[in-house]
Amino acid sequence: MRDSTAAAIATNRFGLGARPGELAACAADPRGWLEAQLKGPPPRIAEPALQSTAAMVATIDQVRAQNRQLRAGNPGAELIAAVTKLGEIYRPAYVGEVTARLRLAASTERPFLERITQFWSNHFAVSVDKAIILGVAGSYEREAIRPNVLGSFQQLLMAVERHPAMLLYLDNFRSVGPDSMLAARAQERAGKALGINENLAREIMELHTLGVDGGYTQADVTAFAKVITGWSIGAMGKGIQAGGVPGEFFFRTNIHEPGTQTVLGRSYSQDGLGQGQSVLVDLAHNPATARHIATQLARHFIADEPPPEAVTTLSRVFLHSDGDLPTVYRALIAQEAAWSQPLGKFKTPNDYVISAWRALEVPIDDARKVPPVFANLGQRVWSPNSPAGWPDRSADWDGASALMQRLRWADELGQRLGAEVNAVQLAPQILGTTLSDNTRVALTRAASAAQALTLLLAAPEFMRR
Amino acid sequence: MEPLLMKRRRFLRGAALAAGGALLTTRLSFAGTGGDSRLIVVIMRGAVDGLAAVPPYGDPDYARLRGGLAIAAPGATDGALRLDDLFGLHPQFRFLQESFAAGELTVFQATATAYRERSHFDGQDVLESGVLVPHASQTGWLNRALAAQPKSLGHGAERGVALGSNVPLMMRGPAAVASWAPTKLAELDPDTLQRIADLYSHDPLLGARLGDAQAADSMAGDDASGMMAAGNNRYEEVIRATAGFLANDAGPRVAVFDTTGWDTHANEGGARGQLGNRFGALDGALRSLKTQLGATWRNTAILAVTEFGRTAAVNGTGGSDHGTGTAAFLLGGAVHGGKVISDWPGLAAATLYQQRDVKPTLDVRAVFKGTLADHMGVPAGALDVVFPDSEGVRPLRDLFRA
Repeated sequence: MRDSTAAAIATNRFGLGARPGELAACAADPRGWLEAQLKGPPPRIAEPALQSTAAMVATIDQVRAQNRQLRAGNPGAELIAAVTKLGEIYRPAYVGEVTARLRLAASTERPFLERITQFWSNHFAVSVDKAIILGVAGSYEREAIRPNVLGSFQQLLMAVERHPAMLLYLDNFRSVGPDSMLAARAQERAGKALGINENLAREIMELHTLGVDGGYTQADVTAFAKVITGWSIGAMGKGIQAGGVPGEFFFRTNIHEPGTQTVLGRSYSQDGLGQGQSVLVDLAHNPATARHIATQLARHFIADEPPPEAVTTLSRVFLHSDGDLPTVYRALIAQEAAWSQPLGKFKTPNDYVISAWRALEVPIDDARKVPPVFANLGQRVWSPNSPAGWPDRSADWDGASALMQRLRWADELGQRLGAEVNAVQLAPQILGTTLSDNTRVALTRAASAAQALTLLLAAPEFMRR
Repeated sequence: MEPLLMKRRRFLRGAALAAGGALLTTRLSFAGTGGDSRLIVVIMRGAVDGLAAVPPYGDPDYARLRGGLAIAAPGATDGALRLDDLFGLHPQFRFLQESFAAGELTVFQATATAYRERSHFDGQDVLESGVLVPHASQTGWLNRALAAQPKSLGHGAERGVALGSNVPLMMRGPAAVASWAPTKLAELDPDTLQRIADLYSHDPLLGARLGDAQAADSMAGDDASGMMAAGNNRYEEVIRATAGFLANDAGPRVAVFDTTGWDTHANEGGARGQLGNRFGALDGALRSLKTQLGATWRNTAILAVTEFGRTAAVNGTGGSDHGTGTAAFLLGGAVHGGKVISDWPGLAAATLYQQRDVKPTLDVRAVFKGTLADHMGVPAGALDVVFPDSEGVRPLRDLFRA
C-alpha cells in the first residue's frame, strides 16, 4: 500500500525536503525508508582540500610563532605587511567546510541521517563568534559529530568534550587546577594565582547532558570544572600551552587538580584523565540526561511543544538501551504523533535553504557565494550566539523581517533558475499531498516561469515542515 | 498592480502610516504622559561584567579580587571615568560619561532580576518575560506593557519594533510589533509581492508577518534598507534603523535590539582588550543614536540591561564566570540622570552572594516599572499585570525629568 501523506512527512518532517523522485521512492514504505538510512556507517565528507583540526591548529601555532619573531625584530610599518593575519587562514577553511556540508545535505540519499547529524552538531554547538572557531567548526563537525551519530550517546559525548574545538570554544584548554603542580609553582615563583574556568563544566551539565533543571548545583559545577582541568590541546603556544601533538587532545597532568571530587553526590577518586571520563559516563546515563535529550529530539522532529507521551517513551528507550542512538531514532520514527501533527514547524533558514537546494538541484558554481546565503537569511552556519545552539521553536524564526529575507532570496532563485524549471510540475514532486489547491492555482496563473518558481518557494507548505 | 498592493498594505498593517499627520497632532496633546516618549531597550546577551562596566574603584576589595581585570582609579593611566567617590565608568564609555555629566545617564549597580541560578538562557528568559520562573511565559514584559498603555495615547498599527530578523521574547505578546533587519538582497517586484500576499491570505501567521514586514520596510527609510554595515561599528545599521523608526512621528514608540559577545570567560582584558573594545563599540553606537534621533532624543530613554553579572574574582583564564549582581544603564534626553543608584553591598568575602558574586540589592524590575509608569504612561494598576508577583517591588521614582 502506498501512503502518500506519510511519504510527504517522511521527506519533509524527518528529512531535508524532497528531491525530485524522492517521494515516489519512499511512498511504498516511508517508515522503512527512514529506518534504512540508519544502516551502514555514516557518510564522510571526503573533500581533499578540507583540513583536519590538528592540521589547522598546527598551522595556527606556526603562524603565531612566525608573527612573534617578526614582531621581536621589526617594530615598524613593514611589520603590518609581513604578519599573517589568522583570519586569512580561517576564512577559506570556513568557506570550504560550509560548501562541502551544503553539497552533502543537498544531494544525500540519507537526509534523515543528515538532519540527525545537524541536530547533534547544534546540540553540541560551537560558534564562530570566537574567531579561532571559524577555522575549526567544520572539522569539528566532521571529526567529533559525524562519525558518532549512529553510536551511543556516551561515545558521542566523549568525542565532543575532548575535541579541541569544544575545549577552545568553552575555554577549558587552559583551565588550571588551583592546587595543581603548575599552579603551586606559579604561586611560588611569581606570586601568580592560576585557577579554573568553569565554562565547559557548566555547559556540559546544563546544555549537553542533564539540562538546566537536571538537579545539579553550583558546587557540582565547580567540582566538575576541577575534574576536567587538564583536558587540553597539544601545542597551543608557549609556556603552559606547549607540549603534546599539535591540535590533538592532550591531557596536561601538570594543570590537573589532584584529589577526589564529589559531583552529584558521587565521589570520584581516580587520578588524571579517568576521573573526567567517569563523570561523563555517569552523566551520559543519568535519567535527567535521557529526559533532556528526549525532549530536544521530540521538539526538533515532532512539534514545538512535544507530546508528553513521546518524550516519556523516548526517554525510557534512551535509558533502557544505554543511550544507543539508532534505537532512540527508531523509537522516534515509531511515534504516532510525528505522523499525525499538521505541518506546524516553520523551517529554520538553514533547513529552508537546504530544502530549496534539494528541490532545485542547484549547481554550486562559486563556493564563496554559499556562506552569505545562510547569513543573509539570519543563520550564518555555525554561528549561534551562545553555546545553547540555535533555538528550535517556530517563534524564534518566523519574524516579519526574517520572512521577508526568505522571500527575497526565493525570488532571486526564481529569477536565476525559473527559466530552466517547470514549477507547476515540480510542486507535486516535492510537496506531494501537502500541496494546497491555492498554491497549485497560483503557480498555474503566474506571470512567468520565474515568478512561478518564486511562488513555489514562498508557499506556506514549503515554509513549514 | 500598484494600487492593489497599496490597498493590501493598508489592509494588513499600514493604515496608520498614511495617516501619520493626523496622529501626530493627537499625540502632541499627550506630551509628558507617554504619548511622545520613546523607549529603546538594549539587551546585552551573555552576562555583562558589571564590575568592568561600572568599576567600584573605591571599594577596598576591588583591586585585589579583580587582579588583571581591575580598572585603575580615575586619574591614573587608563583609569576609570569618575562618577563619584566609589564608582566610575569603564574608560571606553566616554559618551556615557559625557551623558552622566549632562544629567542624562543614571547608572544602577548591584542589580539583578529575580533569577538566582547561572544559566544564560534561563536568565535571559526571566529578564525578558518579567515573570519569576524561567519559561513560564510566552510573552514578554515590554509587549505586555505596550498592550497596557492607554488607548488614548494614540498609536500607529505597531507600537514596537524589534531590530533584527526575529522578535525577542521581551517584545513578543498581544501587542502588534514590527521587526526589521538590514538586507543585501534585492526587493521583490510589487506584482510578485502581491501574489505572495494572496497566497498568504489563508495563512493568518504568514499573512500578518508579511504585512508587518512591508510596513517596517517603508518606515526604516531608504538609507537603511538595502545596505549592510559598512563602517567600523558593528551596530551602525541597527542604530540607523532604530533612529529611522523612532524619529518618525507616525512610527513605533518602543524599539528593542540585541548585542552579544559579553560572555567573557577568558582574556576579558581590563581597560583595554576584548571587553573594552565591545564597550567602546556600544558607547559609539549610543552616541550615534543620540545624533541620529535629533530632536527626538529629548523624549527618549534607553535601557541597557543584561541577564546577570559575573564572578567578583578573576577566574583562571583571565576572565570571569557566571555570577549574579551586575550593572544597568538608563540613558537619554528624557532621563533625570547624573546619579548612581546603588545600595552597594561591598566586595568583602562575607558580603558576596554565595561567596563569589556581587550581591544584588536592587531588583531591576523596579527600574522597569518606574520607566513604564513615569515615561511610558503605563497606569499604576497595570504594572503588576505586566510584572506578575512583583507587588513587593516598588517602581523607582524620579528617574525622569518632570
